[in-house]
Amino acid sequence: MMAKGDPLLEVTDLVKHFPIKSGVVVDREVARVRAVDGVSLTLHEGETLGLVGESGCGKSTLCRAILQLTTPTSGSVRFAGQELVGRSRRDLRSMRRQMQMIFQDPFASLNPRKRVGQIVGDPLELHGLARGAELKRRVQNLLDRVGLAAEHYNRFPHEFSGGQRQRIGIARALALRPKLIVADEPVSALDVSVQAQIINLLEDVQDEFGLSYLFVAHDLGVVRHVSDRIAVMYLGKIVENSGADELYDKPIHPYTNALLSAVPIPDPKRNAARERLVLEGDVPSPIDPPPGCHFHTRCPWATDVCTIDEPALLDHRPAHLAACHHPRNV
Amino acid sequence: MSGVILKVDDLRVSFATEDGVVQAVDGVSFELTAGEILAIVGESGCGKSVTAQTLTGLTRATNARITGSVNYRDRELNGLSDHQLCDVRGEQISMVFQDPMCALNPVYRVGDQIAEMIRAHRDVSKRKAQARAVELLRSVGIPNPDRRARHYPHEFSGGMRQRVMIAMALALEPDVLIADEPTTALDVTIQAQILQLIDRLNRERGLAVILITHDLGVVAEVADRVLVMYAGQVVEDATLDEIFYAPKHPYTWGLLGSLARLDQPRTARLVQIPGAPPSLLAPPSGCRFAPRCSHVFEECTVLPPLESRTGGMHLDRCWLDADEKAHHGGLRTRGA
Amino acid sequence: MARFVARRLLGMFAVLFAISVIVFLIFNVIPNSDPAARIAGKNADPALIARVSADLGLDQPLPIQYLTMMKQIFTGQLTSYAKDRNVVEQIWEGLPATFSLCIGAAVLWMSLAIVFGYLSAVHAGRFTDRALTILSLVGISMPVFWLAAMLLYFLSFMVELFPTGSYVPLSENPLDWAYHLILPWFTLAVLFVGLYSRVLRSNMLDAMNEDYVRTARAKGLSERQVRIRHVLRNSMIPIVTLFGLDFGMVVGGGAILTETVYNLDGVGLYAGEAIRSLDLPPLMAVVMFGAFFIVLFNTIVDILYAVLDPRIRLGEAAPA
Repeated sequence: MMAKGDPLLEVTDLVKHFPIKSGVVVDREVARVRAVDGVSLTLHEGETLGLVGESGCGKSTLCRAILQLTTPTSGSVRFAGQELVGRSRRDLRSMRRQMQMIFQDPFASLNPRKRVGQIVGDPLELHGLARGAELKRRVQNLLDRVGLAAEHYNRFPHEFSGGQRQRIGIARALALRPKLIVADEPVSALDVSVQAQIINLLEDVQDEFGLSYLFVAHDLGVVRHVSDRIAVMYLGKIVENSGADELYDKPIHPYTNALLSAVPIPDPKRNAARERLVLEGDVPSPIDPPPGCHFHTRCPWATDVCTIDEPALLDHRPAHLAACHHPRNV
Repeated sequence: MSGVILKVDDLRVSFATEDGVVQAVDGVSFELTAGEILAIVGESGCGKSVTAQTLTGLTRATNARITGSVNYRDRELNGLSDHQLCDVRGEQISMVFQDPMCALNPVYRVGDQIAEMIRAHRDVSKRKAQARAVELLRSVGIPNPDRRARHYPHEFSGGMRQRVMIAMALALEPDVLIADEPTTALDVTIQAQILQLIDRLNRERGLAVILITHDLGVVAEVADRVLVMYAGQVVEDATLDEIFYAPKHPYTWGLLGSLARLDQPRTARLVQIPGAPPSLLAPPSGCRFAPRCSHVFEECTVLPPLESRTGGMHLDRCWLDADEKAHHGGLRTRGA
Repeated sequence: MARFVARRLLGMFAVLFAISVIVFLIFNVIPNSDPAARIAGKNADPALIARVSADLGLDQPLPIQYLTMMKQIFTGQLTSYAKDRNVVEQIWEGLPATFSLCIGAAVLWMSLAIVFGYLSAVHAGRFTDRALTILSLVGISMPVFWLAAMLLYFLSFMVELFPTGSYVPLSENPLDWAYHLILPWFTLAVLFVGLYSRVLRSNMLDAMNEDYVRTARAKGLSERQVRIRHVLRNSMIPIVTLFGLDFGMVVGGGAILTETVYNLDGVGLYAGEAIRSLDLPPLMAVVMFGAFFIVLFNTIVDILYAVLDPRIRLGEAAPA
């Protein structure tokens, strides 16, 4: 029995590399895509951990690696005290009831040939939790809870708008009453006015269902709103990890600084008055990341040590970790 | 240079589809002044992209019906033939689109695609056009432009591709650049670079820009004037400051209120706009925002005209009286 | 790229080996195919058959027979059982006719297919498109041998507009060469024109909705420039690769029926005879010939694809 506030998910040095193979008769590995390059984080019960980063940073791969949807190359993932990495599919099956995922694309993540009732009800049936009339009743309750109507049970996904489809995805994720929901950019593909609805819904059900969230997004405003703690990813590594408010008030890592600076504020005067830090160039490739600190190629404060030594993730402030040789705001 | 260069009057665009006639744009009017950045904001389906593309006739099709006036420097574009429009496109009014990966032809080199555009309008040799292409790439900040001009689109990153698109759009020094969601598909740090570029081009060359976006932050960053669109119509037309500090339409209030803002303390709940936009197959009579509006009253069964009810240039499409608007508008901007 | 080609060559040898073994085994399993008996004649006694058998090396164990045959093919010494003629020589003699037929038909079918497909796509939904669609479907539906027979009957026999087949070598008389090949070219091309024009039409219609076409228009290119330089160019890529595969197949044996009906002395005709008389050596040689061409063209097509579509560069890792 876990007490509230206990660590629910402990990820330690998780690595996922994708080999690039080439060869004449036999394929040999010539390079690797270092999608996730040694990530450690902890998520407590009832907490929402936000994960931000730009495209190519590895956050989607990290989600999949944590849920064992893709086999990690190395590292450990402990869920409710149990190690997930290396488990057989059978063992994982019963554990999957506790961990569910919400996907980004509301148009691609629902099977267009299945009715809504089936989509939401299949998990229950698969795990033998309900059948027949009882199943239907539970599904309709879920649909109602996420803001859909009972008669939507028999409709197909294409009959719904993006926001509604995302609600269906949420209902599906909630069906098994999991403890952990990994939400991979759940609102990025939605209109702004609908985003607010879905975010509010996610927050409401969190309290009601006793959920913990790993919330991945690239919209910093949204992430700050929903998260208790936030981890910032860059090229497969966590560069900063802190409480939500402190990340925005006193960011330590230069990349976090740049990210925050890049987000335009919907307030013209304040926007213009800000000091902007615009990064030059593009994100390097995860196949051949820069040596030392991965960020040094774009960092305005980089020095020689940054090109050689990879900084460790340390608490430069209480409960505020960052991986940088020249931390800001400390 | 000052003065109105583009005047759109009562533009209506409808498409005949299997399900019926979709009235995508239903009476849009606005003006664009030389050197101005006009942002058109709205959510998906509001008609902003269709409006932008109709200005240069890109939405012409057998099932499309376009009425109204698009007057560019005293020339009526709506009445021009396709052939005549080809002269306007690229040379006077240029466009940049959302996803540069798809918007550039993958089998041609980038330099060749720019050169193609130049040679379509000017009688220059291929070599000259290619040299000019390299110059253009340099002017938008692409490193090693002579080498990069020989690369294919997929060899560039998203931000670089968008720079290529912008370089191509400006090859013939048009007066107007229409940018249709130019940064939506880009990361936020790259978006900052592109917006900086657009801003610079606007200031240095007096380039007028029509910027289509759904992101109010982007609007705050670069726009001079703002049009808010909803369900195929303009619901508010004002300067940047007016939109953010004294908005006059409930939809604008809703948009501003529903943002998770970084510059303000966290709220317990985001203010949400209930419901969803109406179908454009059979738009409701009366105010189109009424079904979702928390200030709706009996007048709203009649469609309000887009006008300024207090004199001045700030237009809105709402029956509420001025005091109410001032009150609620002020609330929103204080982040309540 | 070099790695890719090397890999494909290895693959080619593997395929040819496998095919040769399979043909050989099949042949030896078919009943009533004892060549010694047939060569010896109808009223041969067992002693004669046994002598013929030993003469041709047919009493050796199967693997030895196989190896011997392979050696003979590659050294050009393979002799047919039935006619006692050098198989490889015969194939060599048949090449001009087969190549003339196939290359000519290919040129015809590609030109017509591009024109028809382009027109169909540009006028999609209207009369031109519908008419061309019907024509294509008719073309695809007609069996080659039936079409050939019909054409011969009406245009050669009844009306005497064209000769009744047989091949005139190019070196002898170019005009006559072409004259004799017009009907065969047309016959072989009809099926492919139908197919290819449909594929091109469909590709073009898809391409017209792509974003880069919209960009091309926004640049101020004329509609024709947009259609040819952007839509057609991109739609041709799958067509070219299809062509490579089909051409390989046609050369490798798909022209059998056409050659037979028109009595063109090509490899296909030769293959037809070998099948009728169940003669292993020519059969084996023809099959190997066919397989070689098909695998060769498969490889060429893959390389060509990379040339035409720069997103696919063989053997290179994708850029960041």
